[in-house]
Amino acid sequence: MGVMTPDLSVAIGSLTLPNPLIAASGCFGYGLEYDQVVDLSLLGGVVSKGLFMKERQGHPPPRIVETPAGMINAIGLQGIGVHRFVKEKLPLLRERGARTFVNVCGTTLDEYVEVCKVLSQAEGVAAIELNISCPNIKEGGIQFGCSLHGTFDVVSAVRKATTLPVIPKLTPNVTDVASFAKAAEDAGADAVSLVNTFLAMAIDVETRRPRISNVLGGLSGPAIRPIAVRMVWECYQLVKIPVIGMGGITDARDVLEFMLAGATAVQIGTQNFVDPFIWTKVLDGLSEYMTRHRLASVSDLIGAFDPTPPKAGHA
Amino acid sequence: MPPIDIDATVIANARLSSEYSVLSLAAPEVGVRTQPGQFVMVKPAGVSDPLLRRPFSVFEILRDNKGAVIGVSILNKRAGRSTRRLYDLAVGDVVSCLGPLGQPFKPVASPAKAWLVAGGVGLAPFATLAETLALHKTDTTLFYGARTGEELFYLDFFEALGVSLVLATENGARGTKGRVTAPLEASLQALGAGDRAMVYACGPEPMLKAVAELAARYQQPSQVSVERVMGCGLGGCYSCVVPVKHGDEHANLVRSCISGPVFDGAELVWE
Ligand SMILES: Cc1cc2nc3c(=O)[nH]c(=O)nc-3n(C[C@H](O)[C@H](O)[C@H](O)COP(=O)(O)O)c2cc1C
Repeated sequence: MGVMTPDLSVAIGSLTLPNPLIAASGCFGYGLEYDQVVDLSLLGGVVSKGLFMKERQGHPPPRIVETPAGMINAIGLQGIGVHRFVKEKLPLLRERGARTFVNVCGTTLDEYVEVCKVLSQAEGVAAIELNISCPNIKEGGIQFGCSLHGTFDVVSAVRKATTLPVIPKLTPNVTDVASFAKAAEDAGADAVSLVNTFLAMAIDVETRRPRISNVLGGLSGPAIRPIAVRMVWECYQLVKIPVIGMGGITDARDVLEFMLAGATAVQIGTQNFVDPFIWTKVLDGLSEYMTRHRLASVSDLIGAFDPTPPKAGHA
Repeated sequence: MPPIDIDATVIANARLSSEYSVLSLAAPEVGVRTQPGQFVMVKPAGVSDPLLRRPFSVFEILRDNKGAVIGVSILNKRAGRSTRRLYDLAVGDVVSCLGPLGQPFKPVASPAKAWLVAGGVGLAPFATLAETLALHKTDTTLFYGARTGEELFYLDFFEALGVSLVLATENGARGTKGRVTAPLEASLQALGAGDRAMVYACGPEPMLKAVAELAARYQQPSQVSVERVMGCGLGGCYSCVVPVKHGDEHANLVRSCISGPVFDGAELVWE
């Protein structure tokens, strides 16, 4: 038998990605910042920074603080607005062969719809990731993401406005995240992605003041991974649409853990800050695992988790 | 040129005091490309706490006795958990080193003079800048302020390059007592009409603000290297923003990792 190259491709609705690795929103600029360190066409996809209709300045610095095995951020969705994105970034992303997911924000339901309409008319958008889960800004987003009705309404409205794949991004700051995945599915979502960051805070005990200007921020990184894996599994069991998993992925084993729990694809955020050259390392790790386990297609691993309890006495 | 990431072996970690050390890293590929004012993102290799790398100006470009570049050093001040770990590293330990990153200083040539204004650990980017200025034979002065006389480092290095030194210490043990901005202002005042001095600054933010304002008051240009909390060093995270204003526009928050860390002092907006 000849040497088989493992098939890393996965399908999200009508979209086929060459591999399951996607750069997470807010952790990869507009993609082009990383043009020099990674071939963007090599990634399964690239998610843009969150975009509103208009430009936004975001929160004053300091905007991040490192915490054990993670970081808290409150960037406040600084961004160039959808029109500049379409004009200045999208053509370059297209030239580079990137599969571009656009992370869409809104302060009102209408704004979500309008931003999605602009993107539908643009060339080179692979999918819309609806950000209804940013914990860092008061107006918009999270008010939809924390209510089942809100989630259903905004996904339905966007669904009617575009034929692009619609992927609501869910917040983990709710009691039962799977019910939100279900609401999104019922409203016509093509997939869901989760998790966004966990609402968190850190205090400087010397000054008694907050460590970041916004006081509250979102926790990401390895610290959140086990909770995120659990949430992906809960969603996978309840909905039929693909689940895109993320939260603290640092290597191929972490990717496999999410896929076994039911993720069709994964996103990498914080670890890209630590190691911008992570992408080929993870791809190599996935291929190595598949060869070792004699697997032909990575999609066979989706949800292939075996819940039989492990034997006692095994570390 | 894309930055590169190297698992760099620690060649030396010279403790200058109980707080400061010069950490020398075997990273020739980074060293050959570094221009004065650029920085590297570093952390101990294989360690997940600290998780994120920290930005450091390249302090020296290290050469062997034949002149070949063998690496870079950073000037580290023990402040938090991450810098403490770097202070404690031993020869042979390995550090992840990504760089060179950011916009460098623009060196000036005669007849303009170069005035480098450093506060504390803000000395870091000026060793390589002074070397470049010496190659250009630019008349260079280092205005260097620290808390105590023992915290004025590498004076011989600058003197050997022909740099004039103007020192200030908070306790008055060496040089002028008080802030380094006082002798700087005196020198600005003494400039003849038509004389031009490019004022370079790196140090605590109140010092940067004072220096940029002084330079502007005496109609001299300035280049300021800012230090903000950084997540990635590549423009990915939008953590390290500073307010910048071009002409009459309103100020925009720009990423100091890719648009800086060196900015035109006249364009920075101070809080
Ligand atoms: C600095 C930073 C900025 C982020 N900005 C966004 C954003 O604009 N939109 C969004 O949906 N998620 C944003 N996120 C959340 C990430 O996309 C991701 O959901 C989260 O960080 C968990 O993944 P990780 O642990 O791999 O980082 C941001 C995260 C970080 C750390």
